[in-house]
Amino acid sequence: MAARRFPVEAGHVLAFARALGAAEPPGGLPAEGDVAPPTFAIASAQFDPEYRLRPRPGAPWHGSGGDAGLVTEGAGGLHAEQHFTYHRPIRVGDVLVPVTRPGERWEKQGRSGRLRFREQITEFRDEAGELVVTARSVSVQREAS
Amino acid sequence: MTALRELAVGQMFEAVVVTDLKRTQIVQYAGASGDYNPLHTDEIYATKIAGYPSVFAHGMLTMGLTGQAVARLVGAENLVRFGVRFTAQVWPGDTLTVRGSVVRIADGEGGPVAEFSVSTVNAEGREVVSGYAHARLAG
Repeated sequence: MAARRFPVEAGHVLAFARALGAAEPPGGLPAEGDVAPPTFAIASAQFDPEYRLRPRPGAPWHGSGGDAGLVTEGAGGLHAEQHFTYHRPIRVGDVLVPVTRPGERWEKQGRSGRLRFREQITEFRDEAGELVVTARSVSVQREAS
Repeated sequence: MTALRELAVGQMFEAVVVTDLKRTQIVQYAGASGDYNPLHTDEIYATKIAGYPSVFAHGMLTMGLTGQAVARLVGAENLVRFGVRFTAQVWPGDTLTVRGSVVRIADGEGGPVAEFSVSTVNAEGREVVSGYAHARLAG
C-alpha cells in the first residue's frame, strides 16, 4: 500500500460494496460522509501507481495469455492475517494519505517446510494529518525444506 | 442494526454472507479492490502454473464479506478494531456463514466497547476466517 493519495470516491465505494454483496444505496450512490465498508482501506492499492498485483503496460505479467503464465518467485506469499484499528471511520469524501512501514519478521516450522512471516503496517491519515485507520497485514511464504 | 445497548456477553449472531460463490464475484472483488493476482482471477494460471485445483477467493474478499455482516450488526461507524487470520482457502462454489459472539464488554475511551469473536465457516463447517471485532456501544 504505497498510494500517495487515496481519495475515497463514491463510485469506488459503491463498486467495492457491491463486490461484497451489499444492497444498493438509496439514491444510487453513497452520499458524501457515508461510512465505507470496514475493509475499504485495502482498496488504496488502486492509487498505488506501482502496485505489483495490477498489470501495467509494457511490464511483464505472470498470468495466462497465449501460454499458461509464468512461475514467479517471492511474489509476496499469501495473506495470513489482516488487522484494522479505526481511529475514526473512513467516509466518502475523505482524502487519505497512506504511509507503510515494515513491521516484524518471524519464522515457524510448518508441516511442509519453513514458514516465513512478514508484517507491514500502514497508517492512513486525513488531510489534517489526523490518524484515521491503522492497518497491519501479515503475509506468509512457504520455503520447501 | 441491533440496539447496541442491549448487547450482552454470550449473545451470538449468525449470517450467511455468500451462497455458491461465483468466480465472477471474485473477479468483481479484484476489480473493486485493485488486487488482480491471477491466483484469484485466472483459472489457467491457478491450475497449470500455481498447481491449485482452481482459482480461490482473495482472503480480503472473505474478510470483507465477514466485515459486512459485522457492520450490519453493530454499524460500521462504531467499529474500533477488526482483525482476522485466514485459516483456510475459499473456493468457487463455497457458501460462507459468519458467526459471532460477544465475549466481553470492556471500558473504552468513549464508553463501553463490545468485543466479539468472529468466525466464518464454509458449508462443511471448516473455519476460513477467525478473528475479532470491537464496537463502541454508543450507537
